[in-house]
Amino acid sequence: MHHFELDEWSRGASWLHRLDARAKIAGLILFLLVVAFTPPAAAHWLWLFAALPVAEIVAARIPLTRALAFSAAVLPFAAVFALVQIPTRGLAASVALLEKSYVSALAALAVVGTTPLPKLAHGLMSLGAPRFLVLVIQFLYRYLFLVSEQAQHMRLAAASRGSNFGARFRRRRLSAAGGALAAMFARSYQRAEGTYQAMLARGFAGRFPLAQASAFTKVDFGYILLIVIASLSIQKVIVLFTQWSL
Amino acid sequence: MVPLIEIRNLHFRYPDGTKVLSGIDFQLYEGETVAVLGPNGSGKTTFLLHLNGLLQGEGEVRICGMTVSKDNLAAIRRRVGVLFQDPNEQLFMPTVLEDVAFGPLNLGMAPPEALERARQALAQVGLAGLEQKAPYHLSEGEKRRAALAGVLAMEPQILVLDEPTTFLDPPGQKDLLSLLKTLPQAKVVVTHQTSVAASIARRAVFFQNGRIIDSGPVRQILERHDWFPPD
Repeated sequence: MHHFELDEWSRGASWLHRLDARAKIAGLILFLLVVAFTPPAAAHWLWLFAALPVAEIVAARIPLTRALAFSAAVLPFAAVFALVQIPTRGLAASVALLEKSYVSALAALAVVGTTPLPKLAHGLMSLGAPRFLVLVIQFLYRYLFLVSEQAQHMRLAAASRGSNFGARFRRRRLSAAGGALAAMFARSYQRAEGTYQAMLARGFAGRFPLAQASAFTKVDFGYILLIVIASLSIQKVIVLFTQWSL
Repeated sequence: MVPLIEIRNLHFRYPDGTKVLSGIDFQLYEGETVAVLGPNGSGKTTFLLHLNGLLQGEGEVRICGMTVSKDNLAAIRRRVGVLFQDPNEQLFMPTVLEDVAFGPLNLGMAPPEALERARQALAQVGLAGLEQKAPYHLSEGEKRRAALAGVLAMEPQILVLDEPTTFLDPPGQKDLLSLLKTLPQAKVVVTHQTSVAASIARRAVFFQNGRIIDSGPVRQILERHDWFPPD
């Protein structure tokens, strides 16, 4: 059965995977701040920021094409906001929003794709993220696995009975698909309940324990410094290019 | 001898009003294996969920001398290890080793000790070498063993097994039963398979409509209730 690629990617063995989760999260936040504070007038050159997360993705040996495609999932949502603000802030600002959103998603993917969820959660909590929020994220992530698996089972079962969800639109098919969706969520909820009971039975008390203690080393500090320097350098280049092109 | 599990007059009704257990009395002694038999919907799984406090009905449930209550669930769950029917619901960490170490870590063990306990448990169930594998890459038999290792790593005094041989092929069932017979813990085994009951347990209880209507030697129970006695 297919499972989320992110989970597989996060268990790699590159130097990026070995970094402390807190360093990667801190680096991501600093990168996002630099991106956010780059003026929208630089819309033509904002895509240059992608160089940093792309370099990380390649270094982590994550399939680049898949990562670029994954990150594009953010664009439909960003496009809505971009369209809404065209009348008030102009086209350049809207394009800048789209570029910043995509680059931010790519940078987040570079972190999530190199950090197993338990370590990521611990890192977030260590840096002060609300425990409840982190817990919800962990459960949601696990729930997505269950829903995905349930969907695959049901798709196979439907195909075995001659159904083809990809065929021409028919009202009957839509109705069947709607019923299947409802059944899928109901069964996934049931499985999620079973998983939660299994967790309680093994002493779960609201916090996912970390199997390996993490230690912040000089390498982690060096990484954060590298991200800051690289981000600011790219920003400098973008500002210069923008000035030259005006 | 003080029983490890002592249940008196247990009643349970789900929030929607469905009465599932009516006046259950049950004991389990050290070193004993009891098979829990009965038709679908007779209350076996609901009964099982009372043994580690996942459900709490009316009546008395005592585990290792402690009355099950909200205040001592951690201590109860340390002593009662439950292997649920679907191993996929029990394996939720990125690697097998982290999954098996989940229980010991929740008990407050330091990570190096918890990981060592997990490795020992994996070796005990014959899965040494698969520590770094993702649980969803395991075969059904391996998942079952990994789930069992996750329970054994907590070193419980009592094992509760819900249909332990489901999804397993005959060789897998044979291997698992052989393994279970080597474990010293007292066991409660819910099963529909008469061969499993006869193989692993001496005593059985028979559930029907939320009550235990019979108990005694396994073969006697199987014959009395026409449950396809083994050859």
